Amino acid sequence: MIYDIAVIGAGVVGSLISMQLSQYNLKTVLIEKGNDVAVGTSKANSAIVHAGFDAKPGSLKAKLNVEGTAKMPELCKRLHVPFKLTGSLVVAFSPEQRKTVEELYARGIENGVEEMEIIEQDRLREIEPQINEVACCALLAKTAGIVCPYELTVAAAETAVINGVKFERNFKVDKIDYNGSVFTVSAGEKNINAKYVINCAGIYSGKIAEMIGDDSIRIISRKGEYMLLDKTMGSLANTVIFQCPSDMGKGILVTPTVDGNLLLGPSSIDVDSYDDVSTNSDVLDSVLEAAKLSVPCVNTRNVITSFAGLRSHPATGDFIIGASKKNPAFINVAGIESPGLSASPAIAEYVEKIMLDILGNVEKKEDFIPTRKAPVHFRNMTNEERKALIEKDKRYGTIVCRCETVTQGEILDAIHSPIPATDVDSVKRRTRAGMGRCQGGFCGSKVAQLIAEEHGIPLDEVTKFGGGSRLLVGKTK
Amino acid sequence: MLNYDIVVVGGGPAGMAAAIKAKECGTDSILILERAETLGGILEQCIHTGFGLHYFGEELSGPEYADRFIEKINTLSIEYKTDTMVLDISGDNTVTAVNSTDGLLEIKAKAVILAMGCRERPRGALNTAGTRCSGIMSAGTAQKFVNIDGYMPGKKVVILGSGDIGLIMARRMTLEGAEVKCVCELMPYSSGLTRNIVQCLDDFNIPLHLSCTVTRIHGSERLEGVTIAKVDENRRPIKESEQFIECDTLLLSVGLIPENELTRAAGIEIDPVTGGAIVNESRQTTQAGVFACGNVLHVHDLVDYVTLESYTAGEGAAKYAQGKIANEKYAVTKGRGAVRYIVPQRVNLNCGEDVKLYFRVGDVFKNASVVVKCAGNEILRRKKIRLAPGEMESVTVKNETLCTMSEGDTIEISVEV
Repeated sequence: MIYDIAVIGAGVVGSLISMQLSQYNLKTVLIEKGNDVAVGTSKANSAIVHAGFDAKPGSLKAKLNVEGTAKMPELCKRLHVPFKLTGSLVVAFSPEQRKTVEELYARGIENGVEEMEIIEQDRLREIEPQINEVACCALLAKTAGIVCPYELTVAAAETAVINGVKFERNFKVDKIDYNGSVFTVSAGEKNINAKYVINCAGIYSGKIAEMIGDDSIRIISRKGEYMLLDKTMGSLANTVIFQCPSDMGKGILVTPTVDGNLLLGPSSIDVDSYDDVSTNSDVLDSVLEAAKLSVPCVNTRNVITSFAGLRSHPATGDFIIGASKKNPAFINVAGIESPGLSASPAIAEYVEKIMLDILGNVEKKEDFIPTRKAPVHFRNMTNEERKALIEKDKRYGTIVCRCETVTQGEILDAIHSPIPATDVDSVKRRTRAGMGRCQGGFCGSKVAQLIAEEHGIPLDEVTKFGGGSRLLVGKTK
Repeated sequence: MLNYDIVVVGGGPAGMAAAIKAKECGTDSILILERAETLGGILEQCIHTGFGLHYFGEELSGPEYADRFIEKINTLSIEYKTDTMVLDISGDNTVTAVNSTDGLLEIKAKAVILAMGCRERPRGALNTAGTRCSGIMSAGTAQKFVNIDGYMPGKKVVILGSGDIGLIMARRMTLEGAEVKCVCELMPYSSGLTRNIVQCLDDFNIPLHLSCTVTRIHGSERLEGVTIAKVDENRRPIKESEQFIECDTLLLSVGLIPENELTRAAGIEIDPVTGGAIVNESRQTTQAGVFACGNVLHVHDLVDYVTLESYTAGEGAAKYAQGKIANEKYAVTKGRGAVRYIVPQRVNLNCGEDVKLYFRVGDVFKNASVVVKCAGNEILRRKKIRLAPGEMESVTVKNETLCTMSEGDTIEISVEV
């Protein structure tokens, strides 16, 4: 079997590209080293759709950010992914910072960002009553929003799969050979052959490119640590609240999430490791301190979890998208750091064009299915809808996750979705079971049991996120 | 729409006792709604003994203790629905619930008894640094895996927090062949019962490190170890004392949180210290006809005390459902200094009976006096050899005293050293 295209990396970028390419009569495989899609940077980021005033005018980042953000609301609607057009604020906390705010406004205009304005204290306080009283003005960008990044990734990858893309999980690429017309992508003993490779390996994209002798891509691993607060704190921010940016990123933000929690972060520290997503207490302390500058009343009493993600910061500062100089059949989509999530819908179309240029005449499928089936979210339904749902299928009448009100039916749907959830974290990303304030204390064992039963494996083989992350070590005496 | 005199939310020890008492007080139409598959609540996974010493005068296992109440529920023909989750309680005491056989249920009740129990504080709430590997779970989750499902969460165990469930699991894991390396407790004292420290740790030579915490979690897939450190008097870790302990499992027993999502959503006032509803002497909340008892109200040391409190709530709810409501004239209770909280938070001076006040202190005291003042007058002073946060205390205020008080007066409890 020779695929037309192998996409390496099932993050938001690789998944959206795969979905985009699944419109055509092409044999595509989406390769992922983890046990599910969205297990790297795509699951641990700020979940922001940026308006587009940050990036340097004329850069690919600036162009694709503005385009991607414009596409996001419609795309999320189509894929049944939660998105909220909250708007964002870059707040000046001192008169000197007003200059930065004005510069960002000017840059936004240059980048083609619409619906921006600089607002003064009164208006700012109206929008964000909890904002620090020293705040003097802010850049309001109404096109900014918040999205669920892993749900977007799952939705895109699943839409790709229902349109014929093959998903290969637990495939950690360690070698790529090229015989002049076909690549052989290997993970240990396993091989996948494809005529073209699209490198969407995120933080590892430099290393993947090196496998074909392309050492032009230098990715710096830049860690960001976050704290997620309980839903009772979600109302402390109505918009995405940024502080004035620095060289290391956009600073510590305070933002609601689409699920109603409050998110604080990220820190920004360059690290040597490409897989160390551990958190550090001194860094988390500094995140909290910095967040207090924006919203003084935040505290750690209502933290439900903390986590870290790694930005794939390109040494060049801009997205690297295009055919490798070493091999025109090898397409790099690298250095996709913030605003990569915002840009991802535009990146996917940009890469689609590149592939169409290379491939020439490819036909569109007549039977392309533009979206996956809308997932059931019992917690968001009215009582009438719930009644009707349970009458049709009684599995939706059993609540498994109390904190997030997730039913057994939803968990079974996730386990049998186009990309089946085979571990506890995959079920959590698809259903929110275990994402609430008890963090799976009650429902974790039930979810594990359902995974074991449905996939026909013993309970002690169920993992948290694949590999060696088993929950249990064997039977009792 | 169904109609019941009393709907009880939760069929654990609190809900069952409240329902039984309400029935005995002459209320016939009672419905218990339980989210798990069976009645009994968390007792079903507590297969160790030590339950019932106070109430039954004998030592029972959790399931045995629960069975006594389940039998009584059946004898008294009290209705219950299991696998049923309550979604909402409205301002007029209509309860919305869901299960797979009835679908969505709407039940109009004269009185509602909240008995949802509590949950364990999870790892995330501690904000412990490190990785997010597998092998970390709350002690209660581990208890379910071991006692109900028959699986072992790990072989080399560190336990953070010396709450009773953590202590019980130290012994349980040891008996199942795991090596429990130590129990770390942030505070300079354990919040667990003394008998559990002796029987679960000392008897098995498991070290208890006081003023000690876990500062870092190591392991990319499965837990590989934890860093522990001593803490100073402000509970900040002392860097120099850090020590790596190899383990594949970290069990957390770091506090219980009353599960009051329904209560909050109903707009019922919550005591920020207990995490439970503000109640009066019959355990009625700030919403007329809604009562609360057991660990959803405040975390109890022993299930025996849950039972007694739930009888009070059951009796109160029965009276309410029967329309026997005393005129309300409230005094408030107030803990001073070391007294962290008092339940009930308010007392109806017209209740016509002696009122027992339960309270907890925030520190360990030796040879201290508990002092009770009503409207500024000292009415009781009692010498105590020992007071500790892990042990609930109580005092009784006589009806005669209540009768002399006026609306808005304070009943104050303090500790004098």
